[in-house]
This record gives sequence, C-alpha cells and structure tokens, in this order.
Amino acid sequence: MKRTFADLHLHANLKKPEDARRLIAKAAKLGYGLIAVPTPPETGRDEVARLKEVCGEVGVDFVSRLDLRPRSQGELLRLLRKYRRRFELVCVVCESKEIARQAAKDRRVDLLSFPSLDWRKRFFDCAEAELASSGLAGLEIDVRLVLVLEGRARVRLLSSLQREVEVAREFHVPIVLSSGVVELMLLRMPREVAALAGLFGLGETEAVDAVSRVPAALVQRNRLKLRSGFVAPGIHVVREGDDC
Amino acid sequence: MRRVKRRYLLLRFEVERVPGEREFLDAVWAAVGKLYGEFGASLTGLALISYDAAEKTAIVRVTLEALRMVRASLASITCIEGAEAAVHVMAVSGTIKSLHKRQQHLFSDV
Repeated sequence: MKRTFADLHLHANLKKPEDARRLIAKAAKLGYGLIAVPTPPETGRDEVARLKEVCGEVGVDFVSRLDLRPRSQGELLRLLRKYRRRFELVCVVCESKEIARQAAKDRRVDLLSFPSLDWRKRFFDCAEAELASSGLAGLEIDVRLVLVLEGRARVRLLSSLQREVEVAREFHVPIVLSSGVVELMLLRMPREVAALAGLFGLGETEAVDAVSRVPAALVQRNRLKLRSGFVAPGIHVVREGDDC
Repeated sequence: MRRVKRRYLLLRFEVERVPGEREFLDAVWAAVGKLYGEFGASLTGLALISYDAAEKTAIVRVTLEALRMVRASLASITCIEGAEAAVHVMAVSGTIKSLHKRQQHLFSDV
C-alpha cells in the first residue's frame, strides 16, 4: 500500500489567505497527503472551512490542530476540557516541567512539543517519556530549527534531539516529524525530512514512518474518537432506537 | 576489491537567482562538509554529472552508502550565493539511463 506522507505542523498564516494557500499547495506538490495547520481556538468555523476547501482543491487531507501554551496545570486542564472535542489534534507546547508532566499523562493530549533551544528547558527525559508512554502522547520534532540554525547552536540542538530520540525509543513513545515552517523555501519533501532525522539518530524506516504511518495513525485514532457513535476504543454505537 | 555501488540523483532546485554550475556544486559540498565534516564528505563519492540552469535541474552521483547523508545535506541547503534556495531530490536511480527515463516521465506530468 502506498504511504501517505503527513506534515502535522504547517504554520500557514491565517491572516494572509493567499500565503496560506501557496504554502498548502507547495506541501501538496512536494508529496504530502495529510496536513495539519495550527489554528487559534477562537478561529471561526468559516475560516477553518476555507482552509479545508483549499486543501481539498490541491488534494490533501486537512486536519484541524490546536496548539496549547498554558502557563499552569490548571489552565491546561481547563483548555483541554473546553477545546478537545473541537480539534482533531491537540499539541501542548511544553515551556515548563509542570506543564510537560501534566501534558504527558493526560490522554487528551496528542503531541508534546519542546521548542526551547536551551537543553535545560527541554523536559523530555525518562520520567516524561514514561508518563507519555502510559498516556497517548507522542513527541513532535520540528525540522525547521535544524535548517535555520547553524554552528554551535545546531550542534547543541542535535545533541538534545539525539538524547530525546533515544529516550523516546526506550519508552516506546511515538515520534512525529513535522516541518514547523512558515516560509515556503524551508518546506522539504517527506523523504528529505526523514533523511534529516538521521542527524538525530532515527533509522531510515523509523524516520519514514515518523512522517507517514505514525502521524496518520494518530489522526485516524482521533477521528474515530470524535465520531458521534464512539464509546471506547474498539466499541462504537452501530445502531440505536426502539428496533435494536 | 568490492564493486562500489552508486546512485544517481535527479535534483531540482528552487532559487531566487539561478547559480552557476560551480556555485551550485560548491554549495552542495559546503552542505556535506558542514553536516558531516571532511571525513564524511570523503565517503560520499559526490560528483556532478549534469547541470541544467534553464530547467533548474542537476544530476549528481553518490555512493549508495552515503545516499542518506547526501539527501540530508541537500535538504539542509537554505541559500546559494546569498540567495534563498532549496534543493529537492526528485528521483534516485542506479543508472543514468533509467534516471533520464524517470526525468522525462516526471517532467511530462508537470
């Protein structure tokens, strides 16, 4: 079966629809079949519908995604309660250890992101991975920084990523590779993203899966959950009414 | 002696200002050197086979073992001669003949 490549973190600028359209069209041209664009929670339904339409025009599947940057555990829980069912994908940007731990153990969180360049503020360690593996969260790695950084900063980032990949592998935490790009010129083909992942220790098959099977499975699982008849994993309402 | 297996890569580059053959090759070597160092670059067996500035395509030859390294290096190119750039691997093949066939097929689709 042919792989569907996914980029779950395409930073299309929603305020500039033409730029967003160009970015999505280019992603489609480069071979992506599944795209997630982070939208702020207050985004109108018509705006999301427009994005979906653009994706439909170029033949890619659109996934609605919410990026949460909470400042406390309480805020994270409140935001998850409020928005989880409105988005197909929820990513938590972990800027403190407290948030990272809460996000890892919460089964409503799909992706954990650690954007900091400072290794002390990247909280994906063994404890975090253990929590994430018992929850459902995966580790998202954006390759954008690998492209834009140079010299010592890139070396430091790569060594942090190598450690995180090793930890994720040990605790069976799924790894998702995304672009995280805003700029057209930084968008790369899925196999190129997979090749770049070799720099932080992902094997060839593992890396290709991280841009195809892993994100696709994550989206499929969530779509099933968001269906009206969903009861629990493996159980869904087939029919209801008096004649059942 | 073991025969060295090679692969031919069809590249397409996106640039604001089309570079010359020399500048393009320098950018590729620089990217390989930056990511893998001189020792890594020596393992790639990198050679430019053809360069078409009008079509913005090039064909390079690399050793099979270094294919992933070269792919990552090409992906890491963000500028050539000070102009924003991106280099994409459109096809990989074991022979130039089949690569040309794929090139015709690829570009007839566009």
